[in-house]
Amino acid sequence: MNTKTPLAPKNTIEFRGVSFHINDILTRAIVCGISLEIPQGKTLVLLGRSGSGKTTLLKLMNGMLLPTKGEIFVQDRSTAAWDPIRLRRGIGYVIQDAGLFPHFTVAENVGLVPSLERWEASRTAARVDEMLQLVGLDPREFSHRRPRELSGGQRQRVGVARALAADPPILLMDEPFGALDPVTRAELQREFSALARRLGKTIVFVTHDLREALLLASRIVLLEAGRIVASATPQEFLRLDHTEVRAFTSSLAITPGAPA
Amino acid sequence: MSPPMTTWSFFADHRAEILSAMLDHLMLVVVAMIIAILIGVPLGMFIVQRPALRTLALGIASIFQTIPSLALFGFLIPIPFIGGIGKRTAIVALVFYALLPILRNTYVGLTGIDPAVLESAEAMGMTRAQILFRVRLPLALAVILAGIRTATIITIGVATIAAAIGAGGLGTFIFRGVALVSDALILAGAIPAALLALLADFLLGLLERRLKVF
Repeated sequence: MNTKTPLAPKNTIEFRGVSFHINDILTRAIVCGISLEIPQGKTLVLLGRSGSGKTTLLKLMNGMLLPTKGEIFVQDRSTAAWDPIRLRRGIGYVIQDAGLFPHFTVAENVGLVPSLERWEASRTAARVDEMLQLVGLDPREFSHRRPRELSGGQRQRVGVARALAADPPILLMDEPFGALDPVTRAELQREFSALARRLGKTIVFVTHDLREALLLASRIVLLEAGRIVASATPQEFLRLDHTEVRAFTSSLAITPGAPA
Repeated sequence: MSPPMTTWSFFADHRAEILSAMLDHLMLVVVAMIIAILIGVPLGMFIVQRPALRTLALGIASIFQTIPSLALFGFLIPIPFIGGIGKRTAIVALVFYALLPILRNTYVGLTGIDPAVLESAEAMGMTRAQILFRVRLPLALAVILAGIRTATIITIGVATIAAAIGAGGLGTFIFRGVALVSDALILAGAIPAALLALLADFLLGLLERRLKVF
């Protein structure tokens, strides 16, 4: 699909001693001392309560925020050195409310990055159909609808299709299924889990739902007040002895160690 | 003869005059509105990016709106270049009046967009210009148009006062009518002005609904 150079850079993300502060009345650290490596093709889940700094980490990865200390390397280049527009065009982004453009049709939403990248119209159209099928929406039925004519679950599917349209090697997802009803959420989680395995993209997924983290993650990183307090595979995670981990496992209402 | 009959016959006798005053009036409004839109919309776009200027620009525009219209026309007369007697001064005053609703609605429309939409636009690698022209402006269009609609109706009304400084238009009949204590003359100015305002409101309202497709 996309033309790769012979020596394509590794699609990894690496945090080296990253802190991010904001200055309001006092200087406050939103995230602090983060060192983290996200290997190519893996799904890293950032787990934490609201305000633990998950979304900030995500925005540091696509240059929407720049670190006040340390560096983040995306494909072996610091986000401060990247042209932010180029960096973001190579990173898919899905957020909770999907953030679809209400004045665009589904096809225009999905085809946005390809059109920004000046793909030919026929190539974009073919890609849009392919992406809609990939997320389980019939292009003939949905292409010409507008976002307000979709259910919450359908909107979220379009959001995923849009993020994947230009075939970015990296995908960032900020609680993408957080606003859905439990049944639809479980459905999308299952489908996305299969999709993620098939696509082999480097994925960073933010959630506060441990069940979701266990289902999707290659590795779970637990954040508390802007710091990493645990980093483990899903199997290991449930056996960790840490108060914040236990706070999350007890929220599952299953006995720790039991299959999720 | 009863007053309505007097009015009716006056209308019938002065058809051509009323029509030409109406066209004069419309010309004042259209020219003033075009200038106000050309200033107000870009200025609104500009202050969205510059929070420091926002209060200043909206404040100044609000102050103009509080000056009684007759006084504003009077104030402008001695000012060089834009002042004096006639249409030019009237248009300048009308622009000042029309500016606030256009400026305010442009600003409100551009800033009142769902933050999730703007966040994804930025995250997908749209440039600031692309976000402005492909996301913010199309989404703000209906709100901006509502401001233009309000401004047009205000301008049609205020333009009747422009006759006081010799700018012509439907106000000419009204001022003459007040001086001569003639209801027929006053109505010859007021009724066409009201009809113009209703028509403008209706047509711009139609357009506004057409733009709200989402």
